Amino acid sequence: MLLFLTRRILIALPTIILISIFVFALQKLLPGDPLLVLAGEERDPAVLELLREKYRLNDPIVVQYFTWVSNALQGDLGISLRTNQPVTELMLQKLPVTLQLAAMSMIFALVIGVPAGILSAYKKGSLTDYIANVVALSGLSIPNFWLGIMLILLVSVKWQLLPASGYVPLSEDFLQSIRTMLMPSFVLGTALAATMMRHTRSAMLGVLSADYVRTARAKGLTERRVVLKHAFRNALTPIVTLTALLFGELVAGAVLTEQIFTIPGFGKMVVDAVFNRDYAVVQGIVLVTAVGFIFMNLVADALYFILNPRLRGQ
Amino acid sequence: MSNDVILTAKGLTKRFGGGGFMAKSPVMQAVSDISLEIRRGETFAIVGESGCGKSTLARLLMRLLDPTEGQVTFDGQDISHVTGADLTRLRRDMQFIFQDPFSSLNPRMTVGKLIGEPLEVHAPNLGARDRRQKVAELLQQVGLPAEHANRYPHEFSGGQRQRIGIARALASGPKLVIGDEPVSALDVSVQAQVINLLGDLSRDLGLTLVVIAHDLGVIRHMSDRVAVMYLGRIIEMGTAAEVFEQPRHPYTQALLASIPAPRSAEAPREQLSGEMPSPSAPPPGCAFHTRCPHATSACSAAIPTITKVGNSHSVACHRWQDIPVPEGQTAEPARSDQAESRFALYRAALAGGAVQHGPHE
Repeated sequence: MLLFLTRRILIALPTIILISIFVFALQKLLPGDPLLVLAGEERDPAVLELLREKYRLNDPIVVQYFTWVSNALQGDLGISLRTNQPVTELMLQKLPVTLQLAAMSMIFALVIGVPAGILSAYKKGSLTDYIANVVALSGLSIPNFWLGIMLILLVSVKWQLLPASGYVPLSEDFLQSIRTMLMPSFVLGTALAATMMRHTRSAMLGVLSADYVRTARAKGLTERRVVLKHAFRNALTPIVTLTALLFGELVAGAVLTEQIFTIPGFGKMVVDAVFNRDYAVVQGIVLVTAVGFIFMNLVADALYFILNPRLRGQ
Repeated sequence: MSNDVILTAKGLTKRFGGGGFMAKSPVMQAVSDISLEIRRGETFAIVGESGCGKSTLARLLMRLLDPTEGQVTFDGQDISHVTGADLTRLRRDMQFIFQDPFSSLNPRMTVGKLIGEPLEVHAPNLGARDRRQKVAELLQQVGLPAEHANRYPHEFSGGQRQRIGIARALASGPKLVIGDEPVSALDVSVQAQVINLLGDLSRDLGLTLVVIAHDLGVIRHMSDRVAVMYLGRIIEMGTAAEVFEQPRHPYTQALLASIPAPRSAEAPREQLSGEMPSPSAPPPGCAFHTRCPHATSACSAAIPTITKVGNSHSVACHRWQDIPVPEGQTAEPARSDQAESRFALYRAALAGGAVQHGPHE
């Protein structure tokens, strides 16, 4: 197992390096000079020169890259051109918000998607199956922003059940924090739940017709045990893979969802930074997200080991 | 019903298809009107070509499928439609060995878990330690070391996996074990081991064994009674000696003639031509008349009923009285003079105490 994971990490490393080069290069290639924004209306050449010196923009590009990487490795992702705050500090403020949103959305996706998938595979061709499929299809086709706005209109404005927007940290008021996050994570989670349901269904369909499921039935086990213990465990691999991959979709979805519900998270930060040409912030966010994505996939790889004994011997 | 009959099937019929929402799928009758009795302690074999419905019959007897018509009685109880607790009890008394040892074991569970699971269900009072002890005994019973309980199925060879499958089947202490092609997925050398193991176990534990197979060599070796199937029906049934040595149905005769055996070149084999007809469109009358060398017009008119031709021997053929029992089936095939002289040399050498290697001819 250790060997396998080491190999996976070794494969992940070049990916991370490539991403860092790409992120760095993208900044340099983008039109528009952030210094022009900083230097103000007059654009005094002396001020510009001073700023270039300060942000070390006169160094050769390779040197700039390595300075950036070595700083990043030490947790220093530069300073926001806009707010003059360190990027790391900014991100540490926003990260818990988005992590909470992501975690709650994922819970929604798993709690709705997986049981629905199992049920519709088990009752294939039945009314339950059709209903589950129709619901899943609508979950996929209804745009997030529309569902978000409708929910705000209905739940917050009309029934006044949940707050329409904002964010309360978990540490401040646990219950209120969950309540404010409920709607956004539901909106984000339903779209993922649909994908999850479809994949669970197809994985379960394959497994339910397997010979060892017939063996399990022949043993005289209850249907519940046959489906959950024998079939579902073997269908878990694609579900784990999908969960790791959906993490990317989650971050992308968070950008939109956070805008609708005005949540001060990662997504909102990205949008603001892009509009402000706050390069250091954009670089930092893209890098952290990419590393996070790779990390999630490493976790999935490790989980395969626990799930699949056939891998362990290798 | 006499007490020495453990399993009875009466008029068992299974049709597939005919359903479908918009368009009806074609109806296929896989098993037609099968009646048989299996006696306590015997080894009963069901033979036939692939597609003749023998696996469907096995599944009906196992109560893994619902019969369309007819009923199955196990130990005096009608089991054709049992569910719930009764079905669980049935699973304790009747167990199965499946064909493919590779796909029929859950790859995510250790062998110990796989064999122990029936115990969890059928002997819930057994503690974890006793269960492990019992699993170890079962493993030893099928000739595997008890330590193998902690391994996963993928770490075993085909023959070993089939032994695990047998241990699993024995775990609940069944009275009847049904094997659906239990050895056909194995190497020939391993087949013999597994067959011998099954024979030993059924003798030692007093098991009743029902074996479904297409390999006549396997059947002849291990079974007491044999039923031959063709296109969903039993066409001949009797003791192994009767069926193998005095086959009455032309299909059985053709099947036996197709066994590759050392025989002289002068006696040409009787070969069947053509394919087995589709079970969704069976020919009228005797299903075999399309391929039968003895068929007359009467054969395509009515389905022959199964008739007793001996004490325990019965056959479903309109013309069984006119068809001669093939010769040479009983005795060993005649040897040529040359071969006979070589055997004589061999016997002489054995008697002399040492085999002398003569020059090659």
